[in-house]
Amino acid sequence: MLPDVSSLPLLFSLRLPYQLRWEYVLDHKEWFIDGLLLALWMSLIALVCGSVIGLVCAFARSSGNRILSVAVTCYVEFIRNVPLLLLVFIFYFGLPQAFPRRSDERELILTLLPTPERTFTVALSIYAGAYLTEIFGAGILSVSRRYLDAGRSLGLSRLSLARFVVGPIMLRTVLPSLSNTFISLFKDTGVAFFIGSRDLSFAANKVNTDFFRPIEGWVAAGVLYLLTAWIIAFALRFAEGRIKWSV
Amino acid sequence: MSVVWDNRELLWEGLKYTFKLFAVVVVLGTVTGIVFGVGLLYGSRPIRALIRAYVDIVRGMPLIVTIFLLFYGLSAYEINFSPFQSIALALSIFAAAHMAEIVRGSMSAIPSGQTDAAKALGLTFWPRIRSVLLPQAAPLMMGPWTNLAVDMFKSTSLAILVSQADFLFSIQKRATSKGHYLAFYLAATVVYFVCCFAISRAGALASRRMRPGVAS
Repeated sequence: MLPDVSSLPLLFSLRLPYQLRWEYVLDHKEWFIDGLLLALWMSLIALVCGSVIGLVCAFARSSGNRILSVAVTCYVEFIRNVPLLLLVFIFYFGLPQAFPRRSDERELILTLLPTPERTFTVALSIYAGAYLTEIFGAGILSVSRRYLDAGRSLGLSRLSLARFVVGPIMLRTVLPSLSNTFISLFKDTGVAFFIGSRDLSFAANKVNTDFFRPIEGWVAAGVLYLLTAWIIAFALRFAEGRIKWSV
Repeated sequence: MSVVWDNRELLWEGLKYTFKLFAVVVVLGTVTGIVFGVGLLYGSRPIRALIRAYVDIVRGMPLIVTIFLLFYGLSAYEINFSPFQSIALALSIFAAAHMAEIVRGSMSAIPSGQTDAAKALGLTFWPRIRSVLLPQAAPLMMGPWTNLAVDMFKSTSLAILVSQADFLFSIQKRATSKGHYLAFYLAATVVYFVCCFAISRAGALASRRMRPGVAS
């Protein structure tokens, strides 16, 4: 997995006090691979759920209903001005505490969010939803009036106008931002190990806590994060170029 | 809520730490970011490649990787940094990479006629950057820079990883020991929200003030 990195210790181990020993990482490759897959999986789910939230909120805000648009603005501003870590803490430690011990609501929360992974994914989805609301909102604004007028003159209802006219046109302008969001969500999964989720950072932290090998673990995690982010970016840019758009 | 108020001194200590960290990171990150951004645009080929590698690597990794690598890396090689210094350095490295991109983007948006005119006036490189290009790029930078500042303020919460002193840490510590998670988290949310919102409003105000100065 990391052949190029494992040649580094010879450079450093000559006179520096800390000896790099990569076998601790290489012997526990599965921690890193599982962690990477989990991080990808959590960010993918968060992207999908966040897109649903974002789409609904963006259309709600552009609907012209005052109460709806104020509610959406509050949600977006709240999420954008609070650290993700605090949000994760609220969901993981705070939410079950909101209800008294042994109450039905508390049991319900604990069955809905049984693991740190699930809790983090939910928090990340809600976090992503706020950012995606802004992205989809900008996409809706970018749809030219002419298409709306044409749709209205065909007698489309507001819902089918959104579904058949604004949606497809908007999607093209929004797609590059979606792939950027996916990459930044993937990087955001790094804070999941705070609550004990077994993602890539967890693997790095485990190499540190079990063997006192902080550098090797975090370098390995960093390289994996970097390569994955680059591969995703490259693949998505390639895919965007391949899609033939027709209007 | 009264349990939060009773612990206000401790939380205030944490908040002061966070403010101090934020101030250091914004200043260090912005200044080095501007230098790197200029290097990215006008540097010689090896300098450009070096800065490009730095920017792409730092921006491609989660911030916590940078924080941990720096925190353990410095101590493993017997460089004595306090937790505050190492987290401030890690966040500044991160901010500088983003700032470099912002500077590069906004300065390359200035029409090349400006550079030609400055050259015709006999300005050398740094005066040209300082008194012709940067002032015109500043209004363009203001929006992304404000976003970066808000981002950095939120990122100071990651200091919880290595230091035992920042605001989120003091919240978490009190919340755990008193068992009133929600009250403390609510207080933390309000504080973070007010600070971040104030930063972004101030940035928006400043950028509106700067608008009339743009040459086209």
